[in-house]
Amino acid sequence: MRRNLIFTLMSIEVMLNAAGLAFVVAGSRWVQPDGQVMFIFILATAAAEVSVGLALLLQLYHRDKSLDADAASRMRG
Amino acid sequence: MDAVFYIAAVTAILATLMVITRLNAVHALLYLIVSLLSVALVFYTLGAPFIATLEVIIYAGAIMVLFVFVVMMLNLGAKTAETERTWLKPGMWTGPCVLAAFLIVEVAYLLFHAGSLGQEAGLVEPKQVAIALFGPYLIGVELASMLLLGALVGAYHLSARKQQQLEIQDGVDSNGTRAVTGRDLTRSGAGGPSRAA
Repeated sequence: MRRNLIFTLMSIEVMLNAAGLAFVVAGSRWVQPDGQVMFIFILATAAAEVSVGLALLLQLYHRDKSLDADAASRMRG
Repeated sequence: MDAVFYIAAVTAILATLMVITRLNAVHALLYLIVSLLSVALVFYTLGAPFIATLEVIIYAGAIMVLFVFVVMMLNLGAKTAETERTWLKPGMWTGPCVLAAFLIVEVAYLLFHAGSLGQEAGLVEPKQVAIALFGPYLIGVELASMLLLGALVGAYHLSARKQQQLEIQDGVDSNGTRAVTGRDLTRSGAGGPSRAA
């Protein structure tokens, strides 16, 4: 299993994009604008998530010089 | 039109598979950008041109720039030039370039055969999207703005705490003098107008 944090964030982006693709396809199937509206919300969520996630990643990297997610298993202190 | 959709879909799947199997973060980022662009082309062929534009501008533009920026910040070191030299091998950029060449050919085809879009697919105009977005989904827009504001404050807080820690660590030896001078500056600044008055 891969535990690199930056790959984790990229995979989250891919999954959010897939969910948005499903919404847009459904909205295109039943010619309704609701799917595209949901995609816009997913876009805003992804932007918020990636900004906070990358800030956390920088903090963790400066703390223990590693992007391994297991290196952050002891966070007390 | 169907061929354009299928080629873009296969390109998206191939690029995404390359994203999750690469070991180097920069290689994966290049493939991820190609994947997002091909998904934007899929959106266009599905009859959602506004969403395709948003995908290119926000996902492939803003979010990927954030990723590239962070990867660039993480690789600050003495051996950065050496790693850059190893990254510039042709094996690095041929894969994404070949996949992006498919997309360019498709976009050129769509440009020269424009007008065939939307007759057979369920085309949803941006006007309908806007009417739905600011009509029944208005509370969702407000919640999204709150979420973005929270993300802004959170990202600022997470990156500002690092600088405070650095200042504290720097000023361990001369902590007392620095704190006293800082306090004096604050006090003199605050008491200036009263003293003048």
